[in-house]
Amino acid sequence: MSAGAADRPVWRAVAHVMGMPVSVALRGRHAGSPVGAEAWREAVASLESVDRDYSPYRADSWVSRVDRGEATLEEGPAGLREVVALGEQAREDSDGAFAVWRSDGDGRRRFDPSGVVKGWAAQRASLLLTWLPDTDVCLSVGGDLVCRTADATTPWRIGIEHPLDPARVVARVPVLRGGVATSGLSHRGDHVVDARTGRVPVGLASVTVLADDVLTADIDATAALALGAAGPAWLRRRGRTAVVVRSDGSAEVLAA
Amino acid sequence: MRRIVLWAMSTLTVVVLLLGYRTSLSGPLATAGAPSPYSASAPAVAAPSDTGTGGQARTARSGSGSGGAATSVTGSAVSTRYGPVQVQLTLDQGTITGAQVLQYPSGDPRSAQISSHALPTLVQETVDQQSAPVDMVSGATYTSMGYEQSLQSALDQAGL
Repeated sequence: MSAGAADRPVWRAVAHVMGMPVSVALRGRHAGSPVGAEAWREAVASLESVDRDYSPYRADSWVSRVDRGEATLEEGPAGLREVVALGEQAREDSDGAFAVWRSDGDGRRRFDPSGVVKGWAAQRASLLLTWLPDTDVCLSVGGDLVCRTADATTPWRIGIEHPLDPARVVARVPVLRGGVATSGLSHRGDHVVDARTGRVPVGLASVTVLADDVLTADIDATAALALGAAGPAWLRRRGRTAVVVRSDGSAEVLAA
Repeated sequence: MRRIVLWAMSTLTVVVLLLGYRTSLSGPLATAGAPSPYSASAPAVAAPSDTGTGGQARTARSGSGSGGAATSVTGSAVSTRYGPVQVQLTLDQGTITGAQVLQYPSGDPRSAQISSHALPTLVQETVDQQSAPVDMVSGATYTSMGYEQSLQSALDQAGL
């Protein structure tokens, strides 16, 4: 770690998109420059367009229209089919625990690709930032991170939130480049179900995965959480580096 | 007209960015099991059509000649504010079936995509008591459906 590099001023900005906070930290040449600010605006605009097309909370989004059977995947934007293909891959990889099509309580088939869209959107948005020359980027889309350092010497210092107490970090990890994503059954409410049973998985409070890219990290974190007690072994088989926090608060690091 | 050209260039830039990233993605994902949808180049090319296919389609048609067999078209190097960008597309009967980025804005994109991180270390400390500062926090607090629904309903009620 080069001395002093970590002390370079960090430029930060926050926006609210897709019902969650999106924040960025830049270090280096374009931290605070007009080019850096414009790249941030473009990244936010990219996320806003994803929200318009893919939010399950917007009645006029493509996702809502497909869910209601009013539109087909073929009629939507190409990204919609891309998201579905990613969800299908995750379903196969997780033996069905992760799925974008699920049956609800009334037996109706529901379409909800949110488990894929977030990481996919974060990755797309990050591309509008990560090629700023001589600039370190750390983008958080609702707690899923894309980290990049231009010279690969001074890592971003990433804290992993304790799922049972947001005032605590349960782990920390220096990241030069890569994606960090956390899925959890947080205190605010459950948002992950095992697609095979429709039930909230038991055993794990949160799963954080480190991977080359945030999309892979997000999908694997969500799938591992949905697998519940079987999640850690599944992550090991996939060779993932991860932090798993169990429902009792105990934590474990899985090393690739 | 100038405006249209500029817009087309920005579209191309986005196409290139997505391609660069996903091309390098095919490695790690492919080794995880069955072929990843991301390793297929067609969706990667199609993705930016959300934001408009005009410039991209124009680029494809102008060079393809719409022959029967697969052909490849090399776009001219486009100067962006980040550096030169050049793309080569493969077309089969007018459909884009593959793409290669010949010139990237800066450096080698592959080396830039290799994940690099240390092992996480477990700690027991509050944010206030931290022994060392953190730059960013990864967590699930803000992603739960309960929060999103609650926020959304509040926004709806407020008429925002």
